[in-house]
Amino acid sequence: MCLAVPAVIVELHGTTATISVEGALREVDVSLIEDPRLGDFVLVHAGFAIHKWDKSEVEELAAIRAATDLREVLA
Amino acid sequence: MKTLVQTIEELAGRLGRDVELMEVCGTHTMVAFRTGLRQLLPESVRLRSGPGCPVCVTDASYIDAAVELCRRPDVVVATFGDLLRVPGSESSLDRERAAGGSVRIVYSPSDALVLAKECPSKRVVFLGVGFETTAPTVAWSIWRAARDGVRNFSVLCAHKTMPRAMDALLRDQQVKIDGFLCPGHVSVITGAAVYRFIGERYKIPCVIAGFEAWDILKSINMLLTQILDGRAAVEIEYSRSVTEHGNAAAQRLIVEVFEPNDAIWRGIGTISGSGLAIRSKYSNFDATHAIGVKFGEAHVNPLCRCGDILRGISTPLDCRLFGCTCTPAHPIGPCMVSSEGTCAAYYKYEGRVAA
Repeated sequence: MCLAVPAVIVELHGTTATISVEGALREVDVSLIEDPRLGDFVLVHAGFAIHKWDKSEVEELAAIRAATDLREVLA
Repeated sequence: MKTLVQTIEELAGRLGRDVELMEVCGTHTMVAFRTGLRQLLPESVRLRSGPGCPVCVTDASYIDAAVELCRRPDVVVATFGDLLRVPGSESSLDRERAAGGSVRIVYSPSDALVLAKECPSKRVVFLGVGFETTAPTVAWSIWRAARDGVRNFSVLCAHKTMPRAMDALLRDQQVKIDGFLCPGHVSVITGAAVYRFIGERYKIPCVIAGFEAWDILKSINMLLTQILDGRAAVEIEYSRSVTEHGNAAAQRLIVEVFEPNDAIWRGIGTISGSGLAIRSKYSNFDATHAIGVKFGEAHVNPLCRCGDILRGISTPLDCRLFGCTCTPAHPIGPCMVSSEGTCAAYYKYEGRVAA
């Protein structure tokens, strides 16, 4: 239930925003994060952005996902 | 370069004894099963699933109350989809919906609030279930309903908090835990500091893990290293999302709307101070006050072992019902219902049933 997905803010409307999760758009509330801006990467749970990632954190996830082929881990 | 798995094997070899590591997050449970990483671990390193699935630890009496509510002609029950098939004493929300009960699945508590605004002739009751990750979103909906004067919105509240449950597990003589994989998204809200007592009081290491297979292997690696070094610290592997003190705005909202109470954990019992109740200043939005729903005595199948499974002292393979009378299509216990439940994960990914 505590699933949260990384998303990017593509539109801002005060305390709500349109986010894109790999192209799927959804309105979420952004009042729980500080200073939301267009292009920010956020972690979204149940219609709320609960954390803002900086660029290095986004890159870390990309690197982990690229490396998370367990066949490689086993190799 | 050594792989994570090789390092885990090496650390386990140096330890030279069995270790029980408990994950207390349903999403970690699912990642561990789905990716097959459990099979990569040495036999001496065992992953146990604790009470990390909010649906699984929701008492049957709560489901009974929700069932009673959805039968009322003036009420619409709004819920996350996870709760739909959880069996109460005699029925489930899914069964009630098929029989004409008023149950709406929503993605967010804010959607339930919109529903209330759109249906002024109905009383919309949102089922507030979940840990610290979800609690601020529900707190927001109550706060906003109060601000906007939405009188037909309320919450049937059964939120729970994780540190007290971990404390209760560590006090339980039957439960053996050498290290905790702490929940990632709960910790985004709470921060890492809430687990400090586990190292200080019980000398048990904690690592807050992310949700990729790599994150979990790395976290196991960090736990084994702590055990070998004789340390019991709280370390953050999921540092791209978790900080020492968490999300302050979300914490303020929780404190504004909720206060701690004693909560019933299905299969475990009452854990002092482990729940969140709606404060009296928001009692108009508390379904138990606003609508007058009461919690009765629940009846559950006495053979169901979900309680022992949630405490990590049994696995689904120890349950006589598992895979026979209790299957995902016809679940008896909550751990088989939830997609994050341990029984559902064993059934789907291990493909084995009790002997």
